[in-house]
Amino acid sequence: MKKYVQIENVQMSFETKQGPFIALKDIDLKIDPGEFVTLIGHSGCGKSTLLNLIAGLLLPTGGIMLCADREIGGPGPDRGVVFQNHSLLPWLTCYDNVYLAVERVFGQTESKAHLAQRTHEALSLVHLTHAENKYPHEISGGMKQRVGIARALSMQPKVLLMDEPFGALDALTRAHLQDELMKIVAATKSTVVMVTHDVDEAVLLSDRIVMMTNGPAATIGEILEVDLEKPRNRLSLANDARYHKLRGAVLEFLYQKQAKKAA
Amino acid sequence: MKAKKYFQETLLPPLLGIAFFILIWGIVAQTSPNLPGPAKTWQSAVVLFSDPFYQKSPNDQGIGWNILNSLGRVGLGFGMAALIGIPLGFMIGRFDFLNKMTSPIVSMLRPVSPLAWLPIGLLVFKASNPAAIWVIFISSIWPMIINTAMGVRQLPQDYLNVARVLNLSEWKVFTRILFPATLPYMLTGIRLAIGTAWLVIVAAEMLTGGVGIGFWVWDEWNNLNVEHIIIAIFIVGIVGLLLELLLIQLAKRVRY
Repeated sequence: MKKYVQIENVQMSFETKQGPFIALKDIDLKIDPGEFVTLIGHSGCGKSTLLNLIAGLLLPTGGIMLCADREIGGPGPDRGVVFQNHSLLPWLTCYDNVYLAVERVFGQTESKAHLAQRTHEALSLVHLTHAENKYPHEISGGMKQRVGIARALSMQPKVLLMDEPFGALDALTRAHLQDELMKIVAATKSTVVMVTHDVDEAVLLSDRIVMMTNGPAATIGEILEVDLEKPRNRLSLANDARYHKLRGAVLEFLYQKQAKKAA
Repeated sequence: MKAKKYFQETLLPPLLGIAFFILIWGIVAQTSPNLPGPAKTWQSAVVLFSDPFYQKSPNDQGIGWNILNSLGRVGLGFGMAALIGIPLGFMIGRFDFLNKMTSPIVSMLRPVSPLAWLPIGLLVFKASNPAAIWVIFISSIWPMIINTAMGVRQLPQDYLNVARVLNLSEWKVFTRILFPATLPYMLTGIRLAIGTAWLVIVAAEMLTGGVGIGFWVWDEWNNLNVEHIIIAIFIVGIVGLLLELLLIQLAKRVRY
């Protein structure tokens, strides 16, 4: 089977006043179509940097990055990004925010009616049809993040990239959105790469959890296969021994093998 | 009950302030025989505004014409400044090289009193009216350049990242992100510019002559008609206030 995202021996360093700072090195990762991969690690370990590399917002200083066998040379509509702080344009309605993306990807080839239909579909996928004509400041944080997801999915990307998408939400809203995301991903068969710092979120959503070592010069420490069958239910998992074992493995990696020195 | 509260909290304080102002003005006028009091000024204003649009001679026209002429000059100078200043501000904000290129010139010329530009205007245009418009132009262009450029530079990186991951064209970036994000800053620049322009027009017209509120003040000083000078001060203040309120209302509509 074709690998969707292929990362080989990637290194990323930034120029600083004290000389080059190596953020990531020796990153090797292959992601299959339809796979849900989370990147987890302590803050500052470069997991967002890795996501930005896949998004094309940053270009690596070494190594090869491919998406569907094409080199990643910059951002592109084949990779939809959901930002941590939703990044909706406040002067556009939810509809127009999504339409902006739809128009860019399909505007050359499809009629206006088709574009409108795609926009409506994307918003109905995240259950926001009723809020189409609202402005971002008129809706809740969870709803904004859902519009962000709709915007990314509306481009029909090969890969959905999410940078701590639920990090800024309260626990109840977060759980609700995780459940919705699971349904959406199952329905659209999306390939997802998600950055998180929430162990439960990682185990609940992922097929594989990529655990990163502490920076500088961070790399992939371990990769954990999550062999829980789908669809998953957070309530029944709470009593599932396998779930607790997986959770324990991630916690052990984060707090024993990669214990962060007290700052 | 509600009406009473509205009166006490919203209407009463400014009314009291105005009443005190008139009272103090009256007392000062009592002790100084050359300064006309509120009542005398009011009578004079009633006469003046009973026929605001008469035209006896090129130099003797109604107060309405004087105000409109001044507003016309401000509008013209200000409009040209907006036409040049706002696009220039966008470019300075967007391209760092251009910013570094222009910033010493802008910083040096901005603090110069607008009236210092009047002789240059007279020299170049060889006429007083374009020279006055030129002074308005030069005094109102700085706030528009500076505020527009600041707005562009304050654009959050998030929005630019959205533009990048959506792969938007330069034109879409401008119309959907850059322009709306900068609009509030631009309007602040416009508000500051029109305030300065209205401040400067009175002084410029005193020097250039012609029909206009500034020249009218000077003319009435030569006639020793002090009531009219006081009326002119009120007119300038009220028109300036109205312009400011208009732009504040406009700015309120584009707050996100």
